[in-house]
Amino acid sequence: MSANWPPISMTVNGIEREVHVPPMKRLLDVLREDLRLTGTKEGCGEGECGSCSVRMDGELVNSCLVPVLQAQGSRVETVEGLQCDGGLHPLQQAFLACGGAQCGICTPGMLMAASHLLERNPHPTMFEIREGLAGNLCRCTGFVRIFESVIAAASRPEQATHAR
Amino acid sequence: MSTVAKTRIAKPPIVGTPVFRKEGLDKLLGRARYVDDLEREGMWHGATVRSTIPRGLIRSIHFDPCIDWTQFSVVTAFDIPGRNHIHLIFDDQPCLADEQVNHCDEAILLLAHPSRQKLREAAAAIRIDYDPLPPVFTIEESERQDAIIWGQDNILKSFLLEKGDVDSVWDRAAHIVEGEYRTGAQEHLYIENNGAIAEYSAETGITVWGSLQCPFYVHKSLMAVFNLPEDKVRVIQTETGGAFGGKEDYPSTLCAHAALLAMKSGHPVKIVYDRMEDLAATTKRHPSRVRHRTALDADGKLLAMDIDLATDGGAYCTLSSTVLSRATLHSPGPYVCPNVRVRSRAWATNTVPYGAFRGFGAPQAIFAIERHMDEIAAAIGMDPIDLRRRNFLHDGDTTATEQVMREPVILDKLLDRALAESDYHARRARFVEENQTSPVKRGLGISAFFHGSGFTGSGERYLNSLAGVDVTPEGNVRVLVSNTEFGQGTDTILTQIAAEAIGVDYGDVVIAPRDTGIIPNSGPTVASRTSMVVGRLIERAAAQLIEMLREHSGLPEDFAHDEFFTACDRYRAAHGEVVSLCRYEAPPGIYWDDQTYHGEAYPAFAWSVQVAQVAVDTVTYSAEVEEFWSVQEVGRVLHPVLAGGQIEGGIAQGIGYALYEKVVWQNGHMANNQMTNYIMPTAEDVPPIHIYFEEIPFAHGAFGAKGIGELPHDGPAPAILNAIRAATGVAFNSIPLLPEDLFAKLGVVAAIEEPAAV
Repeated sequence: MSANWPPISMTVNGIEREVHVPPMKRLLDVLREDLRLTGTKEGCGEGECGSCSVRMDGELVNSCLVPVLQAQGSRVETVEGLQCDGGLHPLQQAFLACGGAQCGICTPGMLMAASHLLERNPHPTMFEIREGLAGNLCRCTGFVRIFESVIAAASRPEQATHAR
Repeated sequence: MSTVAKTRIAKPPIVGTPVFRKEGLDKLLGRARYVDDLEREGMWHGATVRSTIPRGLIRSIHFDPCIDWTQFSVVTAFDIPGRNHIHLIFDDQPCLADEQVNHCDEAILLLAHPSRQKLREAAAAIRIDYDPLPPVFTIEESERQDAIIWGQDNILKSFLLEKGDVDSVWDRAAHIVEGEYRTGAQEHLYIENNGAIAEYSAETGITVWGSLQCPFYVHKSLMAVFNLPEDKVRVIQTETGGAFGGKEDYPSTLCAHAALLAMKSGHPVKIVYDRMEDLAATTKRHPSRVRHRTALDADGKLLAMDIDLATDGGAYCTLSSTVLSRATLHSPGPYVCPNVRVRSRAWATNTVPYGAFRGFGAPQAIFAIERHMDEIAAAIGMDPIDLRRRNFLHDGDTTATEQVMREPVILDKLLDRALAESDYHARRARFVEENQTSPVKRGLGISAFFHGSGFTGSGERYLNSLAGVDVTPEGNVRVLVSNTEFGQGTDTILTQIAAEAIGVDYGDVVIAPRDTGIIPNSGPTVASRTSMVVGRLIERAAAQLIEMLREHSGLPEDFAHDEFFTACDRYRAAHGEVVSLCRYEAPPGIYWDDQTYHGEAYPAFAWSVQVAQVAVDTVTYSAEVEEFWSVQEVGRVLHPVLAGGQIEGGIAQGIGYALYEKVVWQNGHMANNQMTNYIMPTAEDVPPIHIYFEEIPFAHGAFGAKGIGELPHDGPAPAILNAIRAATGVAFNSIPLLPEDLFAKLGVVAAIEEPAAV
């Protein structure tokens, strides 16, 4: 059945992928169901919580709001692709050390939003961090340790060179 | 690095240090598996058809003939092989409504199909006809008893707590102050919705995987619904994306639904709610109405507290009786008063059953007393700080249940520190000055409170928890508990305790899967009990294990890391499994009378004083928490980063409770069941939060720990509304307090005071 749908191709975490799915299927579902990249989470399904945040051609998007046809030919980055050179991304390291993750369900989206922020603005102010993460809800931490994690990652020298 | 040199004595501490979260790496790499990330071979999906009316008789169910129903599995109450109820305190809640529905969104019928899309179409093609009955929606309507919707009188539970003789005091009191305080429903809003996968075979029975707090609650409930013995029901917790009490009792219902569909369809079945269904159909915090009548002497000393406390319990009792109990016990606050009467009742209404939510009745009760203290202060012309200080509990004082404070109580010290860290007096003076001319009015508010750690009264003794450790042939110490990790740090804390108590490395310890087929029942993960009560069992089991190995396997008094595991191997060869389990033992001298509500209500109390700085914009009528300070004594802090995270997270939820989170009801249905219009604080809303711990190790908690998880949620709402009182001079006694509520009171005043425009 799936083969009847025209192919949609995209680069996901640096790997060329092709799927045969209904064109209006949510990018979130394609990532989770067809590509088995379950790191990207669904929290609300309406673009409010940011748990499904991924990067598409360098833009931060809620993958629950993106029909997969819009991702045709694009470069998609998910939490599974965040590690660099076989090691943890500075943000992953900082979240671990600072307590930026509790239950972990918002964490993949939060990491994508934070990495997006740091790539554009390697040394954000607290105001900019708050603004940059305002689309990602966390119910556990009260955000305090997420902010600390972002500051810790931003102050690491390798952050600047890591940005892809 | 040689491990031989690492003797037990020389080992660095693990408890009290910020080791990395045990399951942290999996979460950061996106490889932690939550229930919706799991698939089973041949798995179908399940959906729930729910009541669209708040109360009525089910007349008929119509299946649209356009759908080929033979492709679906359909389950109704008639398919339940055992008893049609969800076992909890009372067995009054059906698993599936059969003849009558008692709230909107009550489950009536279940569907399973391989395709989620087809399920949605099919669910929409089912029409249920009802004969409606008059519904009851509020505490007041339930009190009127015009319609009896539960039991004989709509009362799910009541308590009467009495100390001294309240009625002997009114005539000689210098002041009598009355007030009424209300709190609304609050949604947990865990970011992971409820979900479960179930499998059934006649041979092995039921296996469920779910996002849940209490595996053995689900286990017991499934045994009743399916009429199966203990060994034919297996419950496995998956990684759980937040819970806050919201996954304490509800998963028993959801897991039963998934299992019924699995049994009927012959396939594994997954049910994962979307956000709208989760918000509409699952539990919330109990709304409350608390009335205080308080007598004081001329110096502001409390003489009598007469408290009438009512909660809205929803359509079925579920946990309402225990929530009411905790509310009752926390309602007099952290104060000494010779005469106290608390009359409390939980009322049935035709809304979704209210359930456990962080604080479990305490936030409602503490909102009332801490708001009331500021109103008393205003009424008798005293500073709210002085009033509190004059009446604080101290060592040796007795609470309303006549529990003697045996452990140190340092409320004065907590208050002093909170005032100093917030620079309270200087700030307050500055705001008084600035408020005269600024359209933004700023104020500071405080709250002082305790939270009882662990189950109330005899609860821990009834639970009779069993927990321990074993040592695997692969050389891991495994923690054996039914207590679950859902963000609070259970796995990390229990690993620290086991590692340090035994004398091995943090990395040597693993947590056994929360699988009822493997683990003992160490009770539910609720009531701020895990670190203190279960942690203590692990500490004792570790000591018992060491003794066992010394006695039977020649473990030396002072042993190196490898000597421990060698001794375990020797023990295993000679005696079999290396396992050490311990059962709960109540601290000595604990006395509690369930009938009169007298005695030791809790084995320990955690204490806190919080300060909120709030700005009220008199142009937009928005209130913003600008800064927040929280000082607490929770026994010993086992992990500074996790403990801080608990406090900050609880405060953020408390800020939401006070100023943002409003459940809007429409004919008994939650109308704003979306994240778009049920608003929680975001990264832009949460203020700088300053936290400070005073540590007094508790002799009967693991490494000195007391409960911590619920405490921080108790204080923000009254502190914030007290700050608004200070900023505006107007008392607001109801939460959530939204801009329209501020406008309703402040707007009118402003209109009168402003000169007419020319």
